[in-house]
Amino acid sequence: MSTYSRRKFLKISAATVTVASGAAGAAGAAASAKAAAAPDKPSKRAAQGVQRIPTYCDICFWKCGAIASVRDGVLWKIEGNPEDPLSRGRLCPRGTGGIGAHFDPDRLKRPLIRKQERGQEVWAEVSWDEAFAYIATKMHAIKETYGPESVAMFAHGIGGNFLKHTLKAFGTPNFAAPSFAQCRGPRDVGFRLTFGEDVGSPERTDIKNAQCLVLIGSHLGENMHNSQVQEFAEAVGNGASIIVVDPRFSVAASKARHYLPIKPGTDLALLLAWMHVLVEEGLYDKEYVAAHGFGFDQFAARIASCTPEWAYPETGIDPAVIRETAREMARHRPATLVHPGRHATWYGDDTQRSRAVALLNALLGSWGHKGGFYAPSSMDVPGYPYPAYPKPAKPKLDNPGMRYPFAHEAISTGIREATITGAPYPIKAWFTYATNLIQALPNEDETIKAIKNLDLLVVVDVIPNEIAGWADVVLPEAVYLERFDDLNVELFREPFVALRQPVVDAPHGQKPNWWMAKKLAETLGLAQYYPWKDIEEYLDHRLTAAGMSLADLKTRGIVRGAPQPTVVEEGASLAFETPSGKIEFYSLQLEKAGFDPVPVYTRHAEGPPASFRLLFGRSPVHSFSRTQSNRILSDMMDENEVWLNADMARRMDLKSGDYVCLRNQDGVVSNRVRVKATERIRPDCVYMVHGFGHTARGLKHAFGKGASDSQLVTRYATDPLMGGTGMNVNFVTIEPEAARG
Amino acid sequence: MQELTITRHNALIDPLLSIWSWQIPVYLFLGGLVAGIMIISGYFVLQGQYKKNVFSCFYLPHIALVLLSGGMGALFLDLEHKLYFWRLFTTFQVTAPMSWGSWLLMIVYPALWVNTLIRIPERYQGKVPIFDRWSAALNARPVLIKNIGIANMLLGTLLGMYTGVLLSSFGARPLWNSAMLWMLFLVSGLSAAAAFVHLITTDEYERELLAKADNAFLTLELFVFGGFITGLLTNSRVHKDAVHLLLDGPFAPYFWVLVIGMGVLLPLAIQLLAVNHKIKHTALAPLLVLAGGLALRFVIVFAGQFSRWS
Amino acid sequence: MARFGMAIDTVRCVGCMDCVVACKTENSVPEGFNRDWITTEVTGTFPTTHLEIRSERCNHCDDPPCVSCCPTGASHVHDLGAVVLVDADKCIGCKGCVASCPYGARFIHPDGYADKCTFCIHRVEQGLLPACVAVCPTHCMHFGDLDDPNSDVSTLLASRRHHVLLPDAGTKPRIYYLT
Ligand SMILES: Nc1nc2c(c(=O)[nH]1)N[C@H]1C(S)=C(S)[C@@H](COP(=O)(O)OP(=O)(O)OC[C@H]3O[C@@H](n4cnc5c(=O)[nH]c(N)nc54)[C@H](O)[C@@H]3O)O[C@H]1N2
Ligand SMILES: Nc1nc2c(c(=O)[nH]1)N[C@H]1C(S)=C(S)[C@@H](COP(=O)(O)OP(=O)(O)OC[C@H]3O[C@@H](n4cnc5c(=O)[nH]c(N)nc54)[C@H](O)[C@@H]3O)O[C@H]1N2
Ligand code: SF4
Ligand code: SF4
Ligand code: SF4
Ligand code: SF4
Ligand code: SF4
Ligand SMILES: [Mo]
Repeated sequence: MSTYSRRKFLKISAATVTVASGAAGAAGAAASAKAAAAPDKPSKRAAQGVQRIPTYCDICFWKCGAIASVRDGVLWKIEGNPEDPLSRGRLCPRGTGGIGAHFDPDRLKRPLIRKQERGQEVWAEVSWDEAFAYIATKMHAIKETYGPESVAMFAHGIGGNFLKHTLKAFGTPNFAAPSFAQCRGPRDVGFRLTFGEDVGSPERTDIKNAQCLVLIGSHLGENMHNSQVQEFAEAVGNGASIIVVDPRFSVAASKARHYLPIKPGTDLALLLAWMHVLVEEGLYDKEYVAAHGFGFDQFAARIASCTPEWAYPETGIDPAVIRETAREMARHRPATLVHPGRHATWYGDDTQRSRAVALLNALLGSWGHKGGFYAPSSMDVPGYPYPAYPKPAKPKLDNPGMRYPFAHEAISTGIREATITGAPYPIKAWFTYATNLIQALPNEDETIKAIKNLDLLVVVDVIPNEIAGWADVVLPEAVYLERFDDLNVELFREPFVALRQPVVDAPHGQKPNWWMAKKLAETLGLAQYYPWKDIEEYLDHRLTAAGMSLADLKTRGIVRGAPQPTVVEEGASLAFETPSGKIEFYSLQLEKAGFDPVPVYTRHAEGPPASFRLLFGRSPVHSFSRTQSNRILSDMMDENEVWLNADMARRMDLKSGDYVCLRNQDGVVSNRVRVKATERIRPDCVYMVHGFGHTARGLKHAFGKGASDSQLVTRYATDPLMGGTGMNVNFVTIEPEAARG
Repeated sequence: MQELTITRHNALIDPLLSIWSWQIPVYLFLGGLVAGIMIISGYFVLQGQYKKNVFSCFYLPHIALVLLSGGMGALFLDLEHKLYFWRLFTTFQVTAPMSWGSWLLMIVYPALWVNTLIRIPERYQGKVPIFDRWSAALNARPVLIKNIGIANMLLGTLLGMYTGVLLSSFGARPLWNSAMLWMLFLVSGLSAAAAFVHLITTDEYERELLAKADNAFLTLELFVFGGFITGLLTNSRVHKDAVHLLLDGPFAPYFWVLVIGMGVLLPLAIQLLAVNHKIKHTALAPLLVLAGGLALRFVIVFAGQFSRWS
Repeated sequence: MARFGMAIDTVRCVGCMDCVVACKTENSVPEGFNRDWITTEVTGTFPTTHLEIRSERCNHCDDPPCVSCCPTGASHVHDLGAVVLVDADKCIGCKGCVASCPYGARFIHPDGYADKCTFCIHRVEQGLLPACVAVCPTHCMHFGDLDDPNSDVSTLLASRRHHVLLPDAGTKPRIYYLT
């Protein structure tokens, strides 16, 4: 809350203040929503005046609690729900601009069935019944010939829950999301191997209490995961010592006391050198390590040769700076947080790099301590008592024979591979829910190759994105502001449960996922898996079982539970679910599986001469490839740029605003993209914001604007531990726009 | 090196201000021309020339009324909220030159109109009997006529100054931010008016007189230009940057060729030869002066919008 | 008499543009127009680069040329907090005020009148903070009465280094950037 006092300079009657949400809190806000709405039904939406309806955001997967305002029946704005521990009353720019998703004129409107070859984007509009009948017929045929396991589903986000339920009932075990093998997988595995637990999402990082914060490529401030950014600003405001390691002078770097402009792909060398300094100079938390560490001596022996001088030619970071920053970290421990990052799939050795991050944190004693990693908690809300699913006859096939032994979630690219090869068994149908596989998975050609092997591709989306272009059946979903969804019961600083509920009607009869999932199940003859009449009954059942009620949640949006101790300082105790029950400095698991028990640095291949390593990241106003047609957010940024070191630009006779094309090592040429000549990046790499350069013609507004990094990611380095796809291994040259052809 | 990234992109403002297009320069030009005409015809009235059949006294006020209305029409076309035009006249804003200008125009119209009454052209006589009566009444009172002459000269001067003051009051546009601008526009207006009379009069005496006057105005204008430029050059960095837009920036070709070369120097040379009877008077010189005056308003308005503080 | 102003902490600001988006939705600013915006000023040479990120908008100047040049009185200084406002019903769209603002803070609304930041006076009157201030995830924006020495803004200005934009333009801007 702001310290600005209302009464000081304004004499305002108390009555007018009740319309306010900021200060009144969710309960007050809901009450005023009721007051403003028609007498008994606050959700009737033709009403005049302003109604405020709590829900939670879906522009990314942070799921911030929000309150949407509807003015005279028209969606007006959306703000943070002050009761929500994730947003703390303030949404990120994408969340604030989320209403643009409802108004997007390019939205999918009606169910579509493909009329021409796949990828031609030619469909016929059909009724919902026709669409489901079509899908069910195909599915029965696939089940008949190949078995139900030959249906796979890719889903990103909570909205996929019901469809997953239907497909589990149908009998398949094959579900994956790009959020593991293309995102946080290596990090979670690296931390699991070390501490026995994931970092989770939302991350269990106590950023706001950190006295020293180390960001290795985590570009908070551009990466707008709300709570993290808020806490980051708090840490900056508190004068925390910030150390940023990034080849690019990120926004976070501009807040740093130490900025380390590392050569891309060499972070592991830096991490080993840092640990070397901490061990050699005896700066690490000896007590903590003695009490909780396993295999420390072997670990210490292995990193003995990793001096800052050794790391210097690899990383380009001055040994004196490496020592100084290591000492800085030690000075503030255990309140020194080496951020684990999130999108960790960079170079294929990412699990080991993440493990090194974990080990560095272990040396600093930050795991379990204030300003480090806290122990999250969640509300106990039982699932719905569904009948048991049929047991699939075949095991899931994303990771056959545990080729990637430490993958603890399904590997999306594994399913893709099986779809191409037909081994260990064929995959003949894909369902995608809220994931644009064309942009999310590396090597678009492989994805298309797999799609061509399918008998059925069903895409559930809200806009005609690239993946929809390849679909046989497109099911238009109502956007999050128009639907109920499952409850958000996330692990976080304190337990809470949040409700997503409709704020406005879907403009063209688009349907929510739960309705589609139920309807599909019924068409497939699986009605027994949907004992509830509608989602409100489902939600109320779950909430009642947890001692809450849907009616209450509808007015408040969020119910918080009693906070639990989160760090040792608050009385939490440390426990590690590793085989040794301790923090594994030396990993016997890894050794047994034939991997380095302590991370070892290897040099990554360089690109062809005169090429730049292609790096990518986030814009604060966009989410991946899902927001470029949102007119509010595209008004903030409607095209990405390629960041090029100013000196290089001068040499190449390019200036900011010039259009160029990028050609990668495999000859793929990007759409035209503007140069940003800048002092904010190393000369050996270029950078762009992910998600632009749309090729889907239905995205009228976003089509052809900017360039797609995904298109240029034709190569990827697979992490042998968990199957993650390192994507920062592509190189591009820059050519004038005219050379495109 | 300094990089500046601004996320804003408001139409007509980013990356450069371009809120005024042809209407405002045309309005300023016609305003200046009318101002010059008022001064000239007021001068003739004052001199008692109205008793002779001097063209300037006969037709100029009528033509000025038409030109002024044209200018007002251009201004009107520029307004984004045209239906609220009348709001200009429901208030008087002391600090706003535009408000002064609006009210000034409200006085200019009647002043020009009474000027037309002094000598009603023969073919209009008898058309509106009351005008004839008023005209007769005026002619019976020479003091009144003198005052009308004075009023026209005075209002013309104010109007001419106003066209410059309007722009120079915009502190945010460094190029306009010069105390010489009103003088520049006034002199340019006078010279345009002289050229205008020169161009359309049938009276030899008048033509000769106004060609000479115009030469004086053009020469004066050159000095004013000098003052305008040096004034800005010796001001702050932003003002220096601004005047460089004209001197050697994107507007330099227009400024040097159209405004100074073809608009001042060339006609001055031609008319100098003509008044010294080396060549005959042609329409070329006055046409160039008029075109140069228009070009000046365009260049100043456009380059001024280009100039800024940051 | 209150005199509203802002103190914006550039040390915390991450340039996320949430303030811009919030303004758009709160005030229904039409597509293609913005009442506020982000300026990123980069100085230095890589890697000793320096960034200043600023959330900018109308400065509600103490000496507002946009008000003094307005021929209809549509641009005016409001009684509450000396906020500079436009009365759309009086505005003829002459664009004088647009040209007179050295910050480029004004634009012509598609409906034909001059528009710009209002300091969200409609919210302030209800005891709320301006939308951009209320949304800012880094809590880097502060709004309040510059004439009240105990206000949030005044205490910050008293204790932190700060600057305003284009001080030489002579408009006496009331948005301060803390550095
Ligand atoms: N080249 C490259 N690849 C990447 C990344 C990168 O930076 N560069 N990032 C990686 C990371 S970290 C991740 S997490 C993944 C993200 O990968 P994805 O989650 O697949 O992200 P998007 O590409 O945005 O695709 C989301 C799709 O969901 C749709 N959608 C949005 N809202 C709804 C809704 O309410 N209902 C339904 N049914 N659909 C909806 C959108 O229209 C869009 O088509 O991508 C990974 N892949
Ligand atoms: N606004 C917005 N925020 C988001 C998202 C979004 O779509 N939009 N997506 C969310 C999701 S799912 C994820 S996973 C996160 C991703 O965000 P993060 O995990 O924070 O970042 P990454 O995408 O991994 O990496 C991008 C940064 O890493 C730097 N980098 C690239 N290569 C290297 C290297 O070799 N070494 C080092 N040290 N740095 C390098 C880049 O310059 C850039 O600054 O963002 C989340 N937040
Ligand atoms: S971080 Fe932003 S986009 Fe993601 S859920 Fe929260 S408000 Fe929405
Ligand atoms: S919302 Fe706050 S942090 Fe984001 S750009 Fe605006 S002022 Fe900066
Ligand atoms: S910033 Fe511009 S629009 Fe705002 S008060 Fe100052 S001069 Fe007027
Ligand atoms: S555009 Fe409107 S507000 Fe601006 S100066 Fe003209 S009348 Fe006044
Ligand atoms: S104070 Fe209000 S009107 Fe001004 S920029 Fe902020 S949100 Fe927009
Ligand atoms: Mo991600």
